[in-house]
Amino acid sequence: MSALRILVPVKRVIDYAVKPRINKAMTGVETVGVKHSMNPFDELSVEESVRIREEKRAPGGVEDIVTISAGPAKAQDVIRTALAMGIDRGIHVELKEGEELEPLTVAKLLKATVEAEKSNFVLLGKQSIDDDAGQTGQMLAGLLGWPQATQASKVEFGEGDSVTVTKEIDGGVETVKAKLPMIVTTDLRLNTPRFAKLPNIMKAKKKKLDKKTLADFGLTSDKKLKILKVTEPPVRQGGGKVEDVGGLVSKLKELGAL
Amino acid sequence: MYSFKLTRCVAPSMGAGARLISRGANRSAARPFSSTSSCQIMDTTGFTENQLMVRESVNQVCSNFPNTYWQNLDQTETDPKDFHAALAKDGWLGVALPEEFGGSGLGISEATMMMQTITESGAGMAGAQAIHANIYATQPLAKFGSEVMLKSIPDIVSGNTRVCFGVTEPNAGLNTLSLSTAAKDVGDGYSITGQKIWITCAQVASKMILLARTTPLEEVKKPREGLSLFFIDLDRTKPGLDMRKIKKMGGRAVDANEVFFDNYVIPKSSLIGSEGQGFKIVLHGMNAERCLLAGEALGLGYAALAKAAGYAKERVVFNRPIGMNQGIAHPLADAYMRLEAAKLATYHAARLYDNSKTGAAVSPHAIGVACNSAKYLAAEAAFTACERAVLTHGGMAYAMEYDVERWFRECLVPRIAPVSREMILNFISERVLDLPRSY
Repeated sequence: MSALRILVPVKRVIDYAVKPRINKAMTGVETVGVKHSMNPFDELSVEESVRIREEKRAPGGVEDIVTISAGPAKAQDVIRTALAMGIDRGIHVELKEGEELEPLTVAKLLKATVEAEKSNFVLLGKQSIDDDAGQTGQMLAGLLGWPQATQASKVEFGEGDSVTVTKEIDGGVETVKAKLPMIVTTDLRLNTPRFAKLPNIMKAKKKKLDKKTLADFGLTSDKKLKILKVTEPPVRQGGGKVEDVGGLVSKLKELGAL
Repeated sequence: MYSFKLTRCVAPSMGAGARLISRGANRSAARPFSSTSSCQIMDTTGFTENQLMVRESVNQVCSNFPNTYWQNLDQTETDPKDFHAALAKDGWLGVALPEEFGGSGLGISEATMMMQTITESGAGMAGAQAIHANIYATQPLAKFGSEVMLKSIPDIVSGNTRVCFGVTEPNAGLNTLSLSTAAKDVGDGYSITGQKIWITCAQVASKMILLARTTPLEEVKKPREGLSLFFIDLDRTKPGLDMRKIKKMGGRAVDANEVFFDNYVIPKSSLIGSEGQGFKIVLHGMNAERCLLAGEALGLGYAALAKAAGYAKERVVFNRPIGMNQGIAHPLADAYMRLEAAKLATYHAARLYDNSKTGAAVSPHAIGVACNSAKYLAAEAAFTACERAVLTHGGMAYAMEYDVERWFRECLVPRIAPVSREMILNFISERVLDLPRSY
């Protein structure tokens, strides 16, 4: 069984507890002066990668866990969080403030990273809670020609490089099996991420963090999609009141619901 | 920044993403925006990256211990064992200890922020006192302890060993130097006889840092001589050790005790540093403790004020929120500014203390003045905030479930301990204004 070389991409997003507001220009969500954290689904993949090592779940062992994030200078905060949780080293692909990457660009970036780092297992969040595209993992699998298991709630390793993944699907769970190298995206029931311990937070400051740019990967942040307008959902109108059951039935008939 | 705070205050209305993400029940259920006030009103500009990291991380741990947890422990006088264990597990008890002892090598600036975050989370003084001595008392051990003692520090950091601090005596009080508990050399050890009082956590601690006289007061030239510091076992099965819990006004979750020694024998190796050095060693940590206490007071004040502001906004009397009345709003606004000013004094003092450790030229006098001023100002600001929080809540303040009565009972602690307001005023009169001593 080959030793695992895990790649865990993470993204810095608006903290999940913050109520998002549309910016004045109506081009997106206001991010200035808003608390940011690691994308919660990425926290799950960070936790899982560290647990695979701690619980010695992979027969071939875990050789390396590396995290990567593409974002402004502040994205280093989430890389440091991942390092404090137990990841070995980080790569920061620095973008200009406000510069956004589309899922395909991210997937290309990750493909290049997988090749450079000789990763054989990529654990990604199933989606990021800012744009909720939910495409990166799948695109990466396509670009690499690797098997993929999405929305994982359980990841088990077996002999002969086999990986069994329990997936959350509508109406139940589905169990799939594939061989390394492969892509797994995480779902909420996979684990409960830990709080980083203080000594580990301090040690994380000294862990290796490579700085790169998109150009180092031969990529640009060209957009294939154009955002026309972002608006708040319409305010819900209050319902009407009916006197009794008869009134309800006739109202429903009037509205064509019966 | 301001708009950020407003959005944070809108507690239960989370974004769509939030509803998706309910991690294991133990975490999501205890997120701070449910039962505790999510509305952190303190301005955090100007804090260092490490201080903000401490604030956020400690908050995460505290969010698992909601106000109801502390209400219950306060009522039943039960030690917050699992709270202590949770902080220990994540390494927080070693916040200001060097890395070789399992610590994280941060300073008093960060430790102060940690204590503030704990009280501010709703845990109040009970939460702070449960760990206070474990943070503060390990400092002299790390600096002056023998090799054997140094080896026991990681156990304290990891929470396996709990420590209490035994200085105060019923007949000494603020006049620490007149303390009379005696440690008599009996050849292969010391025999301790005397009484200590207000010893926090003695019931749950297995170790004590004890200050006792190795030379009687009558035989020394200056009262500060003849005192020695010991690191001793609290072995309740051995003869000569007894302790009694004191029923008290606030912080009831944490025990405070009278401890009696009657020819309680400890080995020679219990001595920290050398004989007669005790007061000097204790003095070493006193300024740091002033900072921690100031931070604890601030947290209490901010918690009470945030709760009061939240209540004033929601409570409707005469068809309008009571917070619309300036008679309610202005005292709260005034309390806020007092807290902010005390905060600046507190973190200024902590910074001076830390700078002096890293070689910067700061006179001990300047540190003493800054630390004492900070403790004084923070305690007064916290008292003002807690009292006004009670008055804002009106009759409801009297109900346990609104928390402000608990914090109000507790906010007298930083006014009284570790040194009274009056002694600080004496200190400033004498040492800064050069006025003659009155006592």
